[in-house]
Amino acid sequence: MQSSGKSVADPGPGAQPLMPLAMARPGETVELVDVRGGLGLQRRLAEMGLGPGSRFTVETSGRPGPFVIRVKGSRLILGHGMVTRVFVRPVQQ
Amino acid sequence: MSGPVVPAIRKTFTIALAGNPNSGKTTIFNALTGARQHVGNYPGVTVEKKEGIARFQDATFMVVDLPGTYSLTARSIEEIVARNFLIEHKPDAVVDIIDASNLERNLYLAVQLMELGVPLVLALNMSDVARDRGFQINYSKLSELLGVPVVPTVGHKGRGVQELLATVTDVCQRPGAQSPARQVDYGHEVEPHVVQLTAAIAQHESCADRARWYALRLLEGDEETAKRVQTRRPDGCEEIVKRAVQFRQHIEGISGADIGTVLADGRYGFIAGACTEAVSRTAKVRVSWSERIDRVVLSRWLGLPIFAVLMYAVFQLTFALGRPLMDGIEAAFEWLGSTIASFWPQGSDSLLRSLLVDGVIGGVGGVLVFLPNILLLFLAIAVLEDSGYMARAVFITDRLMHKIGLHGKSFIPMLIGFGCTVPAIMATRTLETRRDRMTTILVLPLMSCGGRLTVYALLIPAFFPQAWQAPMLWTIYIIGIVLAIVLVRLLRATLFKGEAAPFVMELPPYRLPTVRGLWAHTWERGWLFLRKAGTIILGISVLMWAMSVWPKPSAEIMERFEQQQAAIEARTDLAPQQKQELLEKIGRAAAEADLEHSVIGRIGKGIAPVLRPLGFDWKVSTAMLGAFAAKEVFVAQMGIVHAVGEADEESETLRARLQATYTPLQGFCIMLFCLISMPCMATVAMTARETGSWRWALFQLGGLTLMAWVITAVVYQVGMLMIY
Repeated sequence: MQSSGKSVADPGPGAQPLMPLAMARPGETVELVDVRGGLGLQRRLAEMGLGPGSRFTVETSGRPGPFVIRVKGSRLILGHGMVTRVFVRPVQQ
Repeated sequence: MSGPVVPAIRKTFTIALAGNPNSGKTTIFNALTGARQHVGNYPGVTVEKKEGIARFQDATFMVVDLPGTYSLTARSIEEIVARNFLIEHKPDAVVDIIDASNLERNLYLAVQLMELGVPLVLALNMSDVARDRGFQINYSKLSELLGVPVVPTVGHKGRGVQELLATVTDVCQRPGAQSPARQVDYGHEVEPHVVQLTAAIAQHESCADRARWYALRLLEGDEETAKRVQTRRPDGCEEIVKRAVQFRQHIEGISGADIGTVLADGRYGFIAGACTEAVSRTAKVRVSWSERIDRVVLSRWLGLPIFAVLMYAVFQLTFALGRPLMDGIEAAFEWLGSTIASFWPQGSDSLLRSLLVDGVIGGVGGVLVFLPNILLLFLAIAVLEDSGYMARAVFITDRLMHKIGLHGKSFIPMLIGFGCTVPAIMATRTLETRRDRMTTILVLPLMSCGGRLTVYALLIPAFFPQAWQAPMLWTIYIIGIVLAIVLVRLLRATLFKGEAAPFVMELPPYRLPTVRGLWAHTWERGWLFLRKAGTIILGISVLMWAMSVWPKPSAEIMERFEQQQAAIEARTDLAPQQKQELLEKIGRAAAEADLEHSVIGRIGKGIAPVLRPLGFDWKVSTAMLGAFAAKEVFVAQMGIVHAVGEADEESETLRARLQATYTPLQGFCIMLFCLISMPCMATVAMTARETGSWRWALFQLGGLTLMAWVITAVVYQVGMLMIY
């Protein structure tokens, strides 16, 4: 089951392209657009403050491997399996 | 009608401590209860339950420490335990411990507690850290915005604890006097539906107290809540659940997102609003020293070497430091055994003596000997956990573990498994989902433990030339690891299939562990090991003892040995030394006959045909049965069945005997079977305990033994074809 996040279909004019989190670079700030995973995953992420539209900064990237991100004042590890299922869009600062 | 009943002022209350992991909940619990603590388990699950007594003025509080959770959605065992306790035991007050320096995330649980409608007090812990990091929190403003009393605390310094107790006392003694907590407004697309559903549920008196909570849970499709509503009001429940489904579909249609995500967003929105008003940031954001350390510890090049060095240190601490302590305990038990044995005349074959010395003291000693190892290991793990490094270790190993279908958190138990499987199984408690935990527990015995090392240490030098010995040992260890990987994949594809558990974990800041915290962690786990595993292991030890003693050989055989002994005693042509040697030889033959006739010996002979395709004779079969008590018993049993008397893994006489009796192929097969088959009884007991079912333990026992049989048989038969 996938969330059908409308923004996936319509990124809007001038928006950055969508990419899996796995491709983000350390120091980059991104906006979460879509989670391609089961309900459990979507809800778990939303409860940790990673709902659609939430912004976070990549601190350490495994490339390939797990990520450390900074969101809502705390730091989270996203496992290797997660980073290919979370789709984000870079945010200009 | 009688006059108004004046309720007597209650003096004893139950309060529950809730909070995120790493919020400093334990330090607040300690500050509240001092030394008056009790550790147990929540019924039916292996989640530790800590209780303590706190006093304030003339009121007494039973403080229950709930497991640390991020939410109450009931996805993990911890969340279910915490939620059920709050709903079923209705504590007089709930204190939510909040890390003030990480307010937004921590308030998420607080908002859910507000939705649940429990009498709530927020303890904004580590308020000093928050101030140092530049957060200015207006506590009274926050309290006003949330509609909940807020008390700033500094747990490890005991600051704010008296104020917290005063507030809790007030909440407990005047239930209902507080203004209700503010509720999240989920916005015009969702809120009207929540209100409607709440009203429908509240129509029935028995559900009225938590109607909004039930409404939200039903919207999320929470089956447990549906059941709970069903039992409270069987009539009309179906209709309510049906309406909840309709609303959910409607909301998801409009918002284009899953309702759980929509509600979580709503809560975070509410929290962000409250924080904007009540919190201001004075200082510029500095890079914390935790982040600076992590630039090195988590870096691509240094991360793995640092991790390897730390793990090596853990093993050194556990096994090198534990060695002298283990020797001490072993010596103490030997002394105790021989002291008790000396109450009987020399050479006595009293059964009571044998039961006490070989059964009880041997059995209990065999368990207690591992205690220093286990305590040291738990101490090392506590240091890693309390300092915050464990989360980093999980990060580092995640990439490797991901490849085999687990994630980083399974690595730690596997590593511990090379020392002893029993604490390794206990270490799986950090795994969140049952799927991950069960998979890890079931394959853990394939990590060659310290007990099995003694078997390899005996056999490898007996059968292989010097140059082959080290590679052979590596081979055995690697076979175990490879089989574990294969088995994990197999279990993942069959019994425990499904999406890999979402691995999201907070990276806590580094902290200096406190002596008290380390002691508490180490002792709590050590005590559980002692009490639970100890009782089961003692029982099985006595049983194994009885099975190796009874029945005795027939009177004729016994008489024959006695006659031989008498004949030698009577001979005058022998030097005393020669006489002694001959007598000992007869004694060993008698011991062999004893074991041969015992239940174990008979079973050994009975199953020998089954093990013959693996190249085992009845002697190996019997010793394998003994290895069930503890893997290292195999060595001692081989000593007895081969009539070389007391033997350990350094025994050259036994090695010579083995070399004469078996081929190197048989020797290899013995090691292979010993590695894979029958986890020792302590492991079986621990698996039963930690999985909550003897069926899983027996499944593990049977499955691994069957696998051992098949693999060893193939190796032996193919080997025979190739060699001969």
